[in-house]
Amino acid sequence: MSTPAPLHAITVLGHDRPGIIAETTGRLADLGLNLEDSTMTLLRGHFAMMLLCAGPVEADAIEAALQPLTADGTLTVTVRDVPQADAAGPAGASWVLTVHGGDRPGIVSSVVARVAAVGGNITDLTTRLAGDLYLLVAEIDLPADADVPALEAAVSAAAAELGVGATLRAVEADEL
Amino acid sequence: MSVDPTVQGWSERELGVEGRVLDVVRAPDPVLSTRGADVDPTDPTTVQLAADLVATMRVSPGCVGLAANQVGVAARVFCVDVSEHPKTRDHHGTFVLCNAEIVEASRNEKAREGCMSVPDLTGDVKRSSRLVVRGQLPGTGAEVTLTANAFEARALQHEIDHTDGFLFLDRVAGAHAIHPRKTYL
Repeated sequence: MSTPAPLHAITVLGHDRPGIIAETTGRLADLGLNLEDSTMTLLRGHFAMMLLCAGPVEADAIEAALQPLTADGTLTVTVRDVPQADAAGPAGASWVLTVHGGDRPGIVSSVVARVAAVGGNITDLTTRLAGDLYLLVAEIDLPADADVPALEAAVSAAAAELGVGATLRAVEADEL
Repeated sequence: MSVDPTVQGWSERELGVEGRVLDVVRAPDPVLSTRGADVDPTDPTTVQLAADLVATMRVSPGCVGLAANQVGVAARVFCVDVSEHPKTRDHHGTFVLCNAEIVEASRNEKAREGCMSVPDLTGDVKRSSRLVVRGQLPGTGAEVTLTANAFEARALQHEIDHTDGFLFLDRVAGAHAIHPRKTYL
């Protein structure tokens, strides 16, 4: 089996405008890099993108190629080499956790601490502040032997202490 | 599917009281996360609440349903009217249900929902597109069981959730199923 191409993690953060993705991916394509997983969103209006790309190019060369993006000082770009991750372990069960209520410091940290305590792994997370409303939605992989009712009780207790509400639901995938 | 003639023929005029336009509360108001109390559909307080919900829905642009929790009252009453909505298939016009519960739900479909009580966010929620709901009409207290489909079924589930103390946020499909609202009606 041949060695897989080196994997590079790239982040682009800063002031949003049309064309950032086009320019970034165009420069990566010019280097012969292959895009693998990526995600991009706006965080309170700021552009935030993370992507993994593969190809036999040094991190320094990628950074140099992306340097024009940062020229006007409104965007920050980082490039890091990362090891190829092992394939995902045996799948447990997937759950969606929703927490919402009045904004205050510590909502995320105290709720997700309960998830970590039972070995739950957060695989996707969004938090939003909309006016006074704070919202967290997390997708969680729980170990096969996890005590779900106990976790639900712990999360509800943590939420109640903070004066917010929490719901934990199993992910339903409809196979078609 | 056949619509229920009693529900379809119902109108807020039967309540015999003038509805008042109430303020709609927004999350994180705790009343939105409180399960509503069962009500007596013939009680004058319930009748007035029913009229107020319809009046408030009528003056709210794009509003297809309103639950008592959304006007600050934790009671199991809501109104629905999807008759003007483009995603509606069959519908029962304007009606109010008390103590409503889902009897049967099938044929899940995912769609993006908003809510007057969560004005800045929308979310992708899977709901049944075929629904049987049981409840009572305010005023007479008549027990009805109605079958709803498509958008009316979605609206009913959204409103019944309100009366149980749940928002669509509690049902979103995943971490990437929440969106900042782009257009306001």
